[in-house]
Amino acid sequence: MFGILKKLKRSGVVGMNQRNADFILRYNKRSLYPLVDDKLRTKYLAMASGIAVPKLYGVIEIQRDVARLPEIVEGHEDFVIKPAHGSGGSGICVITRRLNNRYRQNNGDLLTEEDIAYHVSNILSGLYSLGGQPDQALIEYRVKFDPLFESVSYRGVPDIRTIVFRGIPVTSMVRLPTRMSDGKANLHQGAVGAGIDMMTGRTTHAIWQNYPIEQHPDTGVTIGGLEIPHWHKLLTLAAQCHELAGLGYLGVDVVLDRELGPLVLELNARPGLSIQIANRRGMSQLLEKISKLKEIPASAAERATLGQELFLKNQT
Amino acid sequence: MRKLHLYLLTFVLCLIGLGLTYYKIAVIGLPLAASEQTEVWNIETRVSFRAKPDNAIKVSLPLPPNSPNYFVLDESFISAGYGLAVEQDNTNRVAHWAKRRAQGKQLLFYRVVLLETEESKQESSVPSPVYPQIPNYPEDLEPIIKGMLERARQQSADTVSFSQRVIEQLNIAQSAPAPELKPLLKHITQPRSLAKNLSWILEGARIPSRIVQGLRLQDGKEYSDLEYFLQVYDGERWRSLNIKDGQEGLPSNFIIWQIGADRVLSIEGSSESSIQYTVAKGLREAINIAESRSVEKNIHLMEFSLYSLPVHVQNVYKVLLMIPLGALVVVFMRNIIGIRTFGTFMPVLIALAFRETELLWGVILFSLVVGLGLLLRAYVEQLKLLLVPRLAAVLTMVVLLIAGISVVMHKLGLEMGLSVALFPIVIMTMTIERMSLTWEEAGPAEAFKQVTGSLLVSVIGYLAMNINEFQYMFFTFPELLLVVLAIILLLGRYSGYRLMELWRFRAFIKNKL
Repeated sequence: MFGILKKLKRSGVVGMNQRNADFILRYNKRSLYPLVDDKLRTKYLAMASGIAVPKLYGVIEIQRDVARLPEIVEGHEDFVIKPAHGSGGSGICVITRRLNNRYRQNNGDLLTEEDIAYHVSNILSGLYSLGGQPDQALIEYRVKFDPLFESVSYRGVPDIRTIVFRGIPVTSMVRLPTRMSDGKANLHQGAVGAGIDMMTGRTTHAIWQNYPIEQHPDTGVTIGGLEIPHWHKLLTLAAQCHELAGLGYLGVDVVLDRELGPLVLELNARPGLSIQIANRRGMSQLLEKISKLKEIPASAAERATLGQELFLKNQT
Repeated sequence: MRKLHLYLLTFVLCLIGLGLTYYKIAVIGLPLAASEQTEVWNIETRVSFRAKPDNAIKVSLPLPPNSPNYFVLDESFISAGYGLAVEQDNTNRVAHWAKRRAQGKQLLFYRVVLLETEESKQESSVPSPVYPQIPNYPEDLEPIIKGMLERARQQSADTVSFSQRVIEQLNIAQSAPAPELKPLLKHITQPRSLAKNLSWILEGARIPSRIVQGLRLQDGKEYSDLEYFLQVYDGERWRSLNIKDGQEGLPSNFIIWQIGADRVLSIEGSSESSIQYTVAKGLREAINIAESRSVEKNIHLMEFSLYSLPVHVQNVYKVLLMIPLGALVVVFMRNIIGIRTFGTFMPVLIALAFRETELLWGVILFSLVVGLGLLLRAYVEQLKLLLVPRLAAVLTMVVLLIAGISVVMHKLGLEMGLSVALFPIVIMTMTIERMSLTWEEAGPAEAFKQVTGSLLVSVIGYLAMNINEFQYMFFTFPELLLVVLAIILLLGRYSGYRLMELWRFRAFIKNKL
């Protein structure tokens, strides 16, 4: 057992306790959590500082306003409803098109207006929020993801998770929905995680259910070697989010829209650790190096470049 | 820096916790285990006499003093209609009973409970006695005594051995009387006169001596008289000598009742008086002994112990004080082992619920109710209710479910099903709600993982919290919670891998090296 411990340590794997004690507790002020836990506030902040996010169609805050839903989505063929305080992709409802007065969900179900109203009511009553406090429902633009991922995701939007430490992007992975994850991009729900080479923006290895895999479990397409477009821009976007929230240790989820390019979907103050397995590389050496840096560039683009340089140095 | 602070803090917490505990064990004498019992001696002194009519009655009875070897835990006087006063002079305590008139046979009792203590330190500063003047022995005895003292002086080195020689001579004389000692021996008819005479003879060599009377403690014995020992002062302290053979030291299990040769009992206005001592060995809860000792020693700490609370409050605290231990188990299982549970303290709550149902029945009941509750909740889900009404509906159904289970079990003759209380119902409802949420959000696999994790942790927590020794220890030494706190603080800074992470990150072990 001590052999295993040694190997993990040598691989630089950050464990849950270390993440909590050395990074989250030290670099993330508790009072800043509401900024990222509330997607509405995150969105307003992002919009204020010019960070690209999916367009907000409307917000429903009280039960009475549920009836306003048709009004809000009027003129939008497709949209997404999500709870402002949801976590791990819970409570998100994606409507892809309308059909005979019904709404077609991304999993193929046809929902009546009543079904959707019930879902919104559930969101408002706090069903999906942490601790069950009353919540708000956001209705926003549905991302049309880049065709690049068409063959490696199953119903749902793949996103790119980047860990940003002190404003410097450290490591990234693509999260690909599967049949098992029901179109959601969370690894613990069965999504595939694919590591990304920080220099080139190409996918490398992938894991699924903590097992290394090469092909997507549903489509059978090889996952490695996909090149993510606008890679540096995407990293810069992720780095920008540091200023937005003021959190030192941050997970940034970005989606690639086929027309709008990278859009920030949400921020996470306690990003998971499986990203290390997806990259087959621990991140503790990098994090330690960054924690010792005396000066950090002010511009997000420079920080993105610095992140790539550190990655390269760490690899050799 | 921060680590040093933490280590110092934990050190101080442990120091205070363990130090107070040690103090309570070593000084107050609190036992470490609940069932610990200590042997005590119960001695009953029974005084009986016949009152002379038309006479006031005064009875004086010496009481055993608090000696370094024996501690008076409890004493009681039983004397119907008699006035009682206890007097203490510089050597003895004496009880005085008095009554204006009495008729017929009278009985007085004095009962004492003695605890034998280990601290057998000598009375450190006894005032040195006055060296006696050589008495004026009667003419016929003077040469005999002089001769005895002369022989003893030749055969001895110090006060003790000198006295021993005198005792030997007098005793040998008694069994095979030398003719010249006969006049002396006719005064010696019983132990009391032997002791008195020894003291008197030793005065001829200016040796201070005194007589002590006491009881040999033997279970189930009855005595009608106290035993006599002679104590001589060797310049520093009193040394006890057996008046039969001159052996030094008091026998073990011997309690000095009275110092001096005075008659034990004096009664005015009576006839046919007799006294009887009954000795019996008994057991007492060590905890009670510690309490009465601390009162006696003027240690106020015990007044602030949880034992001073009313009994029903004590019982609440017995449970309450175990919760930190359960929390420690949860911390350990989550942060060191890495087992997933519903919330942080749900397992502690479930474990507390088990206390009311017993473990096996608790687990069965829990699984049954949670399983059925989940089914019912899935059904309610169809009705598309809002959150709070739905929770209330599930709660109502859980109550009905448990009531139903209780009735069925009662009919089957299984009384365990009845041991449900208010508390577990709320906990089970919360669990059902949490579990069904997890089920929806993360799938049934995750929900089962978490519910089994919670159940496992709560079973371990229950087992830990139900160890009687721990319950007793935390109740008697609540300061031990500081040690628990210290451990929790230390675990709070543990930033190493969790045991389950070795499994989670196993890909690194295979691929990297």
